[in-house]
Amino acid sequence: MGKIAGEVHLEIEGAVTQRSVLDALESRYPMLRGTIRDHVTLQRRPFVRFFACMEDLSHEPLDALLPEAVASGTEPYLVVGAVAGG
Amino acid sequence: MSSVRVLVGTKKGAFILTSDGKREKWDVSGPFFAGFELYHLKGSPVDANRIYASQSSGWFGQLIQRSDDGGKTWEPVDNKFTYDGVPGTHMWYDGTPHPWEFKRVWHLEPSLTDPDTVYAGVEDAAMFRTTDGGKSWHELAGLRGHGSGSQWQPGAGGLGLHTILIDPSNHQRIFIAISSAGAFRTVDGGVTWEPINKGLSSQYIPDPAAEVGHCVHRIAMHKARPNTLFMQKHWDVLRSDNGGDLWTEVSGNLPTDFGFVIDVHAHEPETIYVVPIKSDSEHFPMDGKLAVYRSRTGGNEWERLDKGLPQSDCYVNVLRDAMAVDLLDACGVYFGTTGGQVYVSSDAGDSWRAIVRDLPGVLSVEVQTLP
Repeated sequence: MGKIAGEVHLEIEGAVTQRSVLDALESRYPMLRGTIRDHVTLQRRPFVRFFACMEDLSHEPLDALLPEAVASGTEPYLVVGAVAGG
Repeated sequence: MSSVRVLVGTKKGAFILTSDGKREKWDVSGPFFAGFELYHLKGSPVDANRIYASQSSGWFGQLIQRSDDGGKTWEPVDNKFTYDGVPGTHMWYDGTPHPWEFKRVWHLEPSLTDPDTVYAGVEDAAMFRTTDGGKSWHELAGLRGHGSGSQWQPGAGGLGLHTILIDPSNHQRIFIAISSAGAFRTVDGGVTWEPINKGLSSQYIPDPAAEVGHCVHRIAMHKARPNTLFMQKHWDVLRSDNGGDLWTEVSGNLPTDFGFVIDVHAHEPETIYVVPIKSDSEHFPMDGKLAVYRSRTGGNEWERLDKGLPQSDCYVNVLRDAMAVDLLDACGVYFGTTGGQVYVSSDAGDSWRAIVRDLPGVLSVEVQTLP
């Protein structure tokens, strides 16, 4: 959707949280607005999940600090379309 | 020599089929946006290279794609469809109030004069418009707000605005249809709207002659006769000769008057096409034999057209946006099926052949006639 190849590296000013990362991602790639979070409510779309450092952060507070390994760029913050179907 | 470009939206991507005016040899390109549902693609009548596409998925929601080079490359444009003001409620399947929730764009209708202006019909039913080539969308809220919106109920496929017809002689007059609210008309470019469902009779709703609540599947118009509209309803094929003020049934000798598509010959305003489908739950051709029916009398008298179409073991459906005609002298007629076939007739329906047979289920078919 964003025609992105590989990992995206983002510079975050201030606290590195899920919200600040997603804000920065959508700022750089405006076409992703509405595809990860609802345009109006900013709620995560139901079939999108967030992971980092082997942890599912999908239900964690958006303003909680992400692990230092993510903040430093060592580990990725993953936005994943859920495996769903049957 | 003229050529044609067929824009096909499927459940798993978009495809573009091109041919010269003979329509015998075809090039197939795609899939574009593989894995996504492409409800509809349509080109601007005044700039054939400008094409808009509705791309959606249950995972990532709605995107709108725009091409400025005839479908070779695409760029996403704005995908924010926000209802105007406090959206309120429509009626849910069980008759209870249900909040309006944007789900997807069903139909894109570019302006007849401006490639940057496009109308979008969406689910839950509303009409949006962009005037900047898709960079922003704004609701024409007078449609939902005209009075009956709170009474609209979804059809089995959802509460979708699926048909948008712009009067070529008066661009302020626009006809739309919603499943399952009915048909509506504006004469001021979308500011105010009125239902145009007189003459419709739907035995499956509490008041068969209600002002709204009819499951209109499709409306078609010939550009030279904008006062004449043709309708395929859930049951019944109808016509209006007064811009929707009154409808008259013209199902005539059709084997079943259920179906989804209806279209008009490019050069013969009284020649119309439907694909009868068995209903209510089966939604496939009668007896497993696929056929288009053509009326050269504007309805009532229909002839079966099945040369080249499968006449055994065929259990596909033809969805409401999946038929189109080209503008060549020998009018081409096209339709796509839920089984992934796209059929073409280059002789106005007399004979058919498959351009492709194994695409994902076809959601929409549009044709561009190129110089």
